[in-house]
Amino acid sequence: MTDAPSIIEINHLDVFAGKRKLLNDISVKIPRGTITVIMGPSGCGKTTLLRSLNRLTDVSGLKVSGEIRFRNENILNLRGYGISAMRQRMGLLSQRPYPLPLSIFENVAYAVRLKGTTRKSDVRDQVEHYLKLACLWDEIKDRLHHSPNTLSIGQQQRLCLARGLAVDPEVILADEPTSALDPISTQAIEQSFMQLKDQYTIILVSHILRQARRIADYVVFMYLGEMIESGDAQTFFSNPQNEMTKKYLEGVFY
Amino acid sequence: MIFSTLVIVGALGTILYTIIAKGLPYLNWDMVSSLPQGGYYFGKEGGVLNAIVGSLYLALGATALALLISVPVALYMNVFMRRRRRMVEAFRFFLDVLWGIPSIVYGAFGFTLMIAFQIRTSLQAGIIAVGLFIAPIMIRAMDEVLQTVPNGIREAAYSMGCTKTETAFRFFMRKAAPGIVTAVLLSFGRAIGDAAVVLMTTGFTDFIPTSLDQPVATLPLAIFFQLGSPVPEVQGRAYASALILTIIILIISLGARFFSRMYYKHH
Repeated sequence: MTDAPSIIEINHLDVFAGKRKLLNDISVKIPRGTITVIMGPSGCGKTTLLRSLNRLTDVSGLKVSGEIRFRNENILNLRGYGISAMRQRMGLLSQRPYPLPLSIFENVAYAVRLKGTTRKSDVRDQVEHYLKLACLWDEIKDRLHHSPNTLSIGQQQRLCLARGLAVDPEVILADEPTSALDPISTQAIEQSFMQLKDQYTIILVSHILRQARRIADYVVFMYLGEMIESGDAQTFFSNPQNEMTKKYLEGVFY
Repeated sequence: MIFSTLVIVGALGTILYTIIAKGLPYLNWDMVSSLPQGGYYFGKEGGVLNAIVGSLYLALGATALALLISVPVALYMNVFMRRRRRMVEAFRFFLDVLWGIPSIVYGAFGFTLMIAFQIRTSLQAGIIAVGLFIAPIMIRAMDEVLQTVPNGIREAAYSMGCTKTETAFRFFMRKAAPGIVTAVLLSFGRAIGDAAVVLMTTGFTDFIPTSLDQPVATLPLAIFFQLGSPVPEVQGRAYASALILTIIILIISLGARFFSRMYYKHH
């Protein structure tokens, strides 16, 4: 699995908030077509690492240096429209769902139109397609034009997944997408991920060890802003190389 | 505390009582439906339709102008300048100062501009001056609402590949729409009730203006002029005009409250 070609290459990535260093010299290759789980205790920089991948670090005013190679470009050098185009190639699923202030249908349709589809019937077909992909269609097909606020949090999260898929990204960045969800919605999201990993590369931040064991193909383990260990999930869980990783997996970490 | 509350409630009550007691007997259909006839200001036939319509024209025009200025500024502050926190804070302070400037100063400023550009007292001069006067109020009111739009919306939009402009106009506007309506109504209330700016810029007339470069009458000035009359009949009508203005403002602020309540219900 690890010899799958990499889709994102991170080289010597440093992230600063003012003078404080959040991430220290991260270098890792994310393999294409897998579920990569970034693991580690709270505050270790998992989310920061994920957000630097589509430059949401800009929004929070963090300073990033190093190199992140995606589609033969260092995305840290992108400017203006290049950033928007790059972000379209990397969908984000945040910790809590933030539906746009539009109807359920329009949430997905807006994303569909963003990538250039304009014919009404095409848009409708695609909305249906992506809602099915996110395992949501059957539950909401009768109330497509209601506000997303009428949905449960779990359904909203799946709506956000459908919206993220609809711009047709190559990578899905997921930031603890199930931490606010009940077990059933969590299962639905995980199931979608398993189905989606053939077409997309999924990078998931999680502090739930069991979730990582369930779905990870590749694991990146972080602690206090540094990458401790990364590797194939099977080897990582059965035969961790680093002392700290061993302790974390045994749960004697804290 | 109770005393202070009583003072303020008492003041409000007394004002309303005075207007109603003195104005209501003179308030009739003629007052709101006809223009001042010859000798109106000596107690003869007529009404203040010129001032009612004039005030509405002026307030609508000024609100529209202020809206054109305020929406882009408020969005710019909250979407584009977001990372320059200090600049935004400085700008907010600056707007708050503008808010605090007495309206007569705006009037004088407008008057100076009119002289510079050789414009006579007119509806358009009034719209521009009052528009500038209420713009800071409108911007700050919108700004307060836009600040409450959750960051997640911004990030979700960016992650889809939306530009800042799309994010601002599509999603921030929509998310904050009810609050923006409230801001507009609030500013409209200020525009229609202000006397000092219009005193210097709009002139006064007994007719309803048919074009932008004609003078226009407004309710606050109508009240002012009628109240200065020695004829009791005319003074009474001043109170009736005040009652009309109060009712218009009451409707506007009730509307504002209604919308803001709707807004908080949804969030």
